[in-house]
Amino acid sequence: MDLILDLQNVVKTYDKKIAVNDVSFGVPRASIFGLLGPNGAGKTSLIRIITTITRADSGKVFLDGQALNSRHPEQIGYMPEERGLYKKMKVGEQLTYLARLKGLSASDTKLALKYWMEKFEVMDWWSKKIEELSKGMQQKIQFISTVLHNPKLIILDEPFTGLDPINTNLLKDEIADLRAKGVSIIFSTHRMEQVEEICDNIVLIDQGQNILNGPVKTIRNSFKQNRFKVDFAEEWKGTLPPGFEVVDQQPDSLVVGLAEGGNSSALLQYLLGQGVQISAFNEIMPSLNEIFIQAVEKNHPQAKV
Amino acid sequence: MDKLFLIIKREYLTRVTRPSFIIATLVTPLAFVAFFVVASLIFSYESDDAKKIAVIDDSGILNGALKDEKGLYFKFEQKPLAQLRKNFKNSGYDAILVLPKIDNLFSKDYQVFYYTSGQSTLETEDHIEDRVSDALRDYKIDALKLERKQLEALNTSVDIEPEPIEEGGKDATNLTSAIGVGIGFIMGFIMYMAVFIYGSMVMRSVMEEKTNRIVEVMVSSVKPFQMMMGKIIGVGAVGLTQVLIWAILIPLLITIAQVTMGFDPQQQMPMGPGAPAINPDDTQAMAMAIMSEVGNIRWSLILPLFIVYFLGGYFLYSSMFAAVGSAVGDDMGEAQTLTIPIVIPVILAIYIMMKAVQAPTSSLAVFASIFPLFSPIVMPSLLASNPPAWQIIVSVLVLIGTSVFFVWLSGRIYRVGILLYGKKGTFKEFAKWIFYTD
Repeated sequence: MDLILDLQNVVKTYDKKIAVNDVSFGVPRASIFGLLGPNGAGKTSLIRIITTITRADSGKVFLDGQALNSRHPEQIGYMPEERGLYKKMKVGEQLTYLARLKGLSASDTKLALKYWMEKFEVMDWWSKKIEELSKGMQQKIQFISTVLHNPKLIILDEPFTGLDPINTNLLKDEIADLRAKGVSIIFSTHRMEQVEEICDNIVLIDQGQNILNGPVKTIRNSFKQNRFKVDFAEEWKGTLPPGFEVVDQQPDSLVVGLAEGGNSSALLQYLLGQGVQISAFNEIMPSLNEIFIQAVEKNHPQAKV
Repeated sequence: MDKLFLIIKREYLTRVTRPSFIIATLVTPLAFVAFFVVASLIFSYESDDAKKIAVIDDSGILNGALKDEKGLYFKFEQKPLAQLRKNFKNSGYDAILVLPKIDNLFSKDYQVFYYTSGQSTLETEDHIEDRVSDALRDYKIDALKLERKQLEALNTSVDIEPEPIEEGGKDATNLTSAIGVGIGFIMGFIMYMAVFIYGSMVMRSVMEEKTNRIVEVMVSSVKPFQMMMGKIIGVGAVGLTQVLIWAILIPLLITIAQVTMGFDPQQQMPMGPGAPAINPDDTQAMAMAIMSEVGNIRWSLILPLFIVYFLGGYFLYSSMFAAVGSAVGDDMGEAQTLTIPIVIPVILAIYIMMKAVQAPTSSLAVFASIFPLFSPIVMPSLLASNPPAWQIIVSVLVLIGTSVFFVWLSGRIYRVGILLYGKKGTFKEFAKWIFYTD
């Protein structure tokens, strides 16, 4: 697979505490990758290793096929969970400064700034000080500063907190756009419904370890319990033949567990044969939220997620 | 390197364009000069109301010898005291001065009587005493038939003129050491201010960045060490700018004040009645001598060395301030506790400097000129008194070595400190952080 980022057996200890314990995973190019885990699991430590803020004690990290080196920060855009900008600096100066620090030339900075500021319709904030902006406005500026230098890899830590639904959608569209242009995005959050919605792949970190990793679809499939939900257009009070386990029966719906090797078509055929009108027939997929809790509790029985 | 320059530029420009900086830079010299003008005016203030004084001279020897000056007008009266006192209200006099008869020319004490309706002021009393004393002196010189020139010859002023032991050694004048002390004090205090004002400016700025969480964004672009150095150099440049502007503005404003207000601080200095009058020619000669002495000082050596000590001391101390700032975040109280160990050597150094500058060859002075925590403040104050070459070389090498070491050490603390939240910075923690791997 074409990986933009490849971590191999990464270990990081702080003062006897193991923050990252032998973690390996890969981030496919031009995808949205969810970096998940409970608080204190080691996500920030991992992000700091990827952004070269700190170095791993052992293990290897490759960005676009190359071992991580000091030129790489220029190809990475990082938006930390705790947003930070110079409060007294003007928006334009601030963005110019941050882009130049990422190695962008003065003329490229101007072009990129014009493009992004027009795209986000913030051109007239140019000479406003950061402290004069609202939280959501600051967030927009922070996002622009993350993507301004045209990075290959973008790391977004809880990017949607503090945004109203309109701006949340704007940002989601932007992220999808970036992916379409070949940019890879690492997305760290606790909001599982967002992960389900936008991530292609995830890794779940707990206690410094990779406890679950893979494409979202595969993971959900592997956690599914072969259960189907049938909704009826009318009341139905019949019973099912052996081989079908009734998990929950309501007058107008039925949740059925299929035995190992059981066939969902057989269930549907049986019900149709009963002459009942069916309005919906769905496989019950576990939510990522359930998977998250299940996986963490299995790894770490005391954990309160 | 480019990035370091970008950081320096930002640190410098955001500070010098801030209104508070511009105001402080311009107003401080104004306030300084205004203070001196006002202080001089207060000292030179004299009572401005004229006083007419009736004088009753019992011996008749001082008639016409009291000069009418500085608002005091003397009129010798023949009328008896009782009559003058009785008609005092309508006489137009403000006071009556009675000079009793002098029985003995060799008497050193002379008491006169001063009758006035109101309170007699200290200033008026001083003036009258001086004038009567001068008049009596002249009278006594004549009465005792003394020679004026002989009398003047009695006042011998003694000056020590230092000379070198070796033939052809550098000849110094008695002014050399005095000027050395003066310049030493000025240099020592500039260093002291630089360390405190700009060192704590670095600390506050680091604390602000940590509290703002801008560091997270910054360190994903540049190395923490670059951030720290950029800040230290940028603020240092701000300091140099400010000191330079003050060095130009203060003398300029004093000159303007002198010209426009026609006041001369030297002449307005309060002088006790016993102080000998300074001959204007002497003042000029003195000024010339001072100028030539100042010119004799090896500025070509002292100025570059001063800059070396300025930079060395500034880097040494401000890097420690940066390390403390990185460890505490927004807790100013904790910052103050942690800066105590930094502040103590600076304060000790300023005391040692004040002593050392008067005894530049004492063992205390030599030790403090080499010990790197003191040398940035002490050594510049000794440079004008020509310390031996070995002392300068050892001192500079030790200072540069120590500064580099402290900047490195602080950088190690800083890189851990700025990314750590919720953990208290203690010296034990600092020691651990130094040995963390990246």
